[in-house]
Amino acid sequence: MNDNIIEVKGLKKHYTGGAVRALDGIDCEIRRGEVVVIVGPSGSGKSTLLRSLNLLEVPTEGQILFNGADITAPKTNINKHRQKMGMVFQHFNLFPNMNIIKNMTLAPTKILGKSEADAEKQAEELLVKVGLVDRKEAYPSQLSGGQKQRIAIVRALCMEPEVMLFDEPTSALDPEMVGEVLDVMQDLAKQGMTMVVVTHEMGFAKEVADRVIFMDEGVIIEEGTPDDIFNNPQSERLKSFLSKVLI
Amino acid sequence: MTEFIEELKFVFLDDNRYKLLVEGFFNTLKITAGALLIGVVIGIVVAAIRSSYDKNKETMKLRGGIGYRVLAVINAICKVYLTVIRGTPVVVQLMICYFIVFVSAQDGVPVAIFAFGINSGAYVAEIFRAGIMSIDNGQFEAGRSLGFNYFQTMRYIIIPQMFKAVLPTLCNEFIALIKETSVAGYVGVSDLTKSGNVIAGRTFEYFIPLLTVAAIYLIIVSLLTSLVGKLERRLRKSER
Repeated sequence: MNDNIIEVKGLKKHYTGGAVRALDGIDCEIRRGEVVVIVGPSGSGKSTLLRSLNLLEVPTEGQILFNGADITAPKTNINKHRQKMGMVFQHFNLFPNMNIIKNMTLAPTKILGKSEADAEKQAEELLVKVGLVDRKEAYPSQLSGGQKQRIAIVRALCMEPEVMLFDEPTSALDPEMVGEVLDVMQDLAKQGMTMVVVTHEMGFAKEVADRVIFMDEGVIIEEGTPDDIFNNPQSERLKSFLSKVLI
Repeated sequence: MTEFIEELKFVFLDDNRYKLLVEGFFNTLKITAGALLIGVVIGIVVAAIRSSYDKNKETMKLRGGIGYRVLAVINAICKVYLTVIRGTPVVVQLMICYFIVFVSAQDGVPVAIFAFGINSGAYVAEIFRAGIMSIDNGQFEAGRSLGFNYFQTMRYIIIPQMFKAVLPTLCNEFIALIKETSVAGYVGVSDLTKSGNVIAGRTFEYFIPLLTVAAIYLIIVSLLTSLVGKLERRLRKSER
């Protein structure tokens, strides 16, 4: 059995007719149950890669296989696949006109056809896990950044995804709120969730990642275990990147 | 004072002339309400098409297929509609509807509803489109990433937020619409303005009928404004 949940083959993303090459030939795979952290300087294409995995960015060239199915094929029903790929954004993107419980139950009730009661029960269980069940009637504007991001994570989990994509989930947070979000992500990793995380939190990469991918200028420069990447970097670019970031 | 009351009696009560005003009042309401409904429906559809095209043309081109070409054609049709409707006076549109399109129409009211609805739709479409474009793209992405298709994302996530954002502008458009219907008299519809004018013509009294008509418009608009204000406050309350 193929245990790759996602396979990326020769992925390219060019803008303005090839003048900007955000991704310039990416090959990688994500194994089931694995936590992969993508690091790299800004503008290296790591967010573009992550957003390509659920086709929020449509690639110029190349293939993405999800559970063996080519989701870049024109006939694919991408919505079906996206239901199994949760995504968490840098800016939370909670729905401001709905309270927390509605934010979480909207997709399960409208897409999966769950009953209102079932969806609420599931949402409340998840809220208990992240310690926010007492805020279930609150609106997003009443929450702190860290709380919003924790809600965004459990909102995605309500769809019972097979893989979770994190696009710089802590970059828009005040420093003292980063920890609470990373804790939730770490718990999720322990439960065996497949995760792809773009982040600047090198501590998280070191501690939680099974594999780290270092990208620069739209290509993968190095990949390996956190130990390989952080303690034994091979390329000059990775060495210079590591010398500039605080670990 | 008694002289004034005598005059009021003469203008409105003799020959039951007040009935003209009542009929006109209800015709104005009918036309406005009908046109409003048509305008909002057209507005949502046209705005959704136009903003879908603007937002997605690049990705759709990339993915290819017939969908892109179909959308491009529909978008072009919408653009022509907006240009023509916004580029010609509403009175002319109304007369074209009555004397050319629905030439066999007996009753002018449905024709007026149709004409004002089509006209209002163009303006409402642009209001809605501005509202849709003003919503952060992250909301679209959040919806799509959860597995909603494009139309579900619009329906459940974008349009409710858009509606709240454009409510004051929309109210403005409706106020304008109420007053625009005063030209319905051009096609023989006895709306409020026409009725006032008829009374004035029959009595040779202009002061009382016209000021009465003006006052009625003012009252309708004030009521609508306060209603929308209440709605706005209620929608906003849900966010705090």
